[in-house]
Amino acid sequence: MDHGPAIQSGPDKASSYKSKLGVRMFIVYGIVYLGFILINTLKPKLMAVEVLFGLNLAVVYGFSLIFLAIILGLIYNYLCTKKEDELNKEEEPEK
Amino acid sequence: MIYDPSVLPVIIFGIIVVAVLGISFYLGKRTSGAKGYFAAGGTIPWAVNGIAFAGDYLSAASFLGICGMIAFYGYDGFLYSIGYLAGWVVALFVIAEPLKRRGKFTFTDALDSQFNSKGIQLMAAISTLVVSIFYLIPQMVGAGVLVTPLLGVPHWIGVLGVGIIVIIIVATAGMKSTTYVQFIKGALLIFFSLIVVIMVLNKGFSKAPTEDFHEPISLSAVMSGGEVTDVYEAGYSVVGSLETAGHDFIKLSSDGIETWWLLDEGELKECLSKTTAEDGTILYNGADKEERKFFSVGSMVRIFADGQEVQEIRKLNVFSFLAVINDSVLLQFKNTTFTDGTDKVHIWYQQETPGSLMMRPGLKFKVDEDLGATGKTKFDFVSLMIALFFGTAALPHVLIRYYTVPSPKDARKSTILAICAIGFFYILTLYMGLGAAVNGVLDVESSNMAAPLLAKSIGLFLFAVISAVAFATVLGTVSGLIVAASGAVAHDLANFMGKEVSDERRVVLGKMSAVVVGVIAILLGILFKGMNVSFLVGWAFSIAASANFPAILMLLFWKKTTAKGIASSILMGMVSALTIILLSPSMFVRYGMDAAQAPFGIDNPGMISIPLSFITLIVVSLITQKDNATKMEHKD
Repeated sequence: MDHGPAIQSGPDKASSYKSKLGVRMFIVYGIVYLGFILINTLKPKLMAVEVLFGLNLAVVYGFSLIFLAIILGLIYNYLCTKKEDELNKEEEPEK
Repeated sequence: MIYDPSVLPVIIFGIIVVAVLGISFYLGKRTSGAKGYFAAGGTIPWAVNGIAFAGDYLSAASFLGICGMIAFYGYDGFLYSIGYLAGWVVALFVIAEPLKRRGKFTFTDALDSQFNSKGIQLMAAISTLVVSIFYLIPQMVGAGVLVTPLLGVPHWIGVLGVGIIVIIIVATAGMKSTTYVQFIKGALLIFFSLIVVIMVLNKGFSKAPTEDFHEPISLSAVMSGGEVTDVYEAGYSVVGSLETAGHDFIKLSSDGIETWWLLDEGELKECLSKTTAEDGTILYNGADKEERKFFSVGSMVRIFADGQEVQEIRKLNVFSFLAVINDSVLLQFKNTTFTDGTDKVHIWYQQETPGSLMMRPGLKFKVDEDLGATGKTKFDFVSLMIALFFGTAALPHVLIRYYTVPSPKDARKSTILAICAIGFFYILTLYMGLGAAVNGVLDVESSNMAAPLLAKSIGLFLFAVISAVAFATVLGTVSGLIVAASGAVAHDLANFMGKEVSDERRVVLGKMSAVVVGVIAILLGILFKGMNVSFLVGWAFSIAASANFPAILMLLFWKKTTAKGIASSILMGMVSALTIILLSPSMFVRYGMDAAQAPFGIDNPGMISIPLSFITLIVVSLITQKDNATKMEHKD
């Protein structure tokens, strides 16, 4: 039984770039998520403070975590695709 | 509570279930070989896979569990939405592509790609089985929840029905059919949930939310020497009283029917009660269930809009809806149990809750000292949020979806689409849950029914469609889980035993194990009736985050990781998480024991079991460094 990927793809030169970018974005999101947990645990009353459109911090922070995940995801995909296309182009003439 | 089946929901429900089976059989005929069965031949387009991800994920836990928890505990239920979604960030940024580059069928393959270790194969297969079964329980409970109001049949018939249909789907088809089924249902669920939310916003708030809404009654008590001796209402007489949980409850008799009332500043407030007599007879509000004395709850007692108190307010937007709840006062029902002579009484009593408390954490997870928080309750909260964050990327049935698309790039794109779809849906859950909390639709006996019953209050057609779609989503999720679990048994354990097994034989093995796992799921689904499904899913996340996540992460990012390190960390994470869960207060209640006797006093093991798993991996890897001489280097 071979243990290769489902469909063989060539060596991916962008993989180390993508990996570093992914870890960085993960750290950014992780800090924002950690902030949410810390406020809830250490200063829970802060979550009741009204901040925007009559909404309290709990709702605004919660929605922001959801939107931030979507926005970071789209940025990550854009940068990865750009890098992949860039490196694939460079590779083609060598073949 | 009693539910009457109607013809329309049954017809729509039937059509959707038949359509699901039809797709499965059709695609099943076109599936061949082990790769086709377990990973759809790696041929699914990324967009389809992305929505299928969402379909898998937005199952009973999200639609039923989260909405129900929000309806009963407000913002605390929404914490699950936030945690579940945040978990996808870990999956996308750290796990998706590297894992896709390493694996073939299962995440065991990926973990084992550099080692060919018997220990990893065995441990990863067992952990896949355990996590899948824990994830299956809430799905099955959810299935039972859905069919009760829809078809008017008991919970266990729903569980059994789902079990049998899913076993047929999985045994005849495989990953490709479950993917397409999930794709269709994921899309339908999001669409119809949006419709429900639009209707809820349009309807706004009213003190009498539905035509047949039963507004809980209050009676004035006649007090003498600090005791209630009578009531200012003809036909009622005081027949008993009891003090428990810091409250005085008075038993009144009227027309031979005995009901319980909460004494609150000289007023007697109507309660809901379920009395179980010694001979097993159960009375709902003092009468047989069929007499329908047990009413739906969930309403507003004071509505404030822009600082003015109003009787009702219509046509709200996404901001004003939440702002009005924040400023208003809701009527909720808290519960307690006691014995009255030889009768066991489960009582739900009125409690006015400021909307501002509903809109921030604290009603379920105690984080505020003023609301009864302790160090232990805060630890439990952090533990849950950490497990939700790291659990998603370690769920076997989520990981297996990375193998159904052609390339790592497609894995990434489908994950991002999934995040968009799931994130959008989770925002809807807040509106559906709060909508259910104030529209007089809640069944105090089951928080899981909140969303379907909200849809029912809007219209029978919407209720029928959304219940059928949710039910079908449960079918799809359960199918996906069973494929993952049977994949673990057939593929990983066969590898572990070192037998040369042909592809055809693997599929047969997979299908046989699918039947066994399905039967286990049916039994557990019946046993766990009544527990909030999202709470149960939280446990699956905890086990996955503890057993699988440290192994995956360290394999990808720490070169000194050894095979023995991975195997022992999976074992440590799984055993420690399971031990804490099985000895948790919630499980003690399930065993029929006192929750206070639970040795650890916490429900969520993540904060203990995840670090333990990491430490085990690091220590064992450092001790067994010489094993890495034979390790195969991974090339990207």
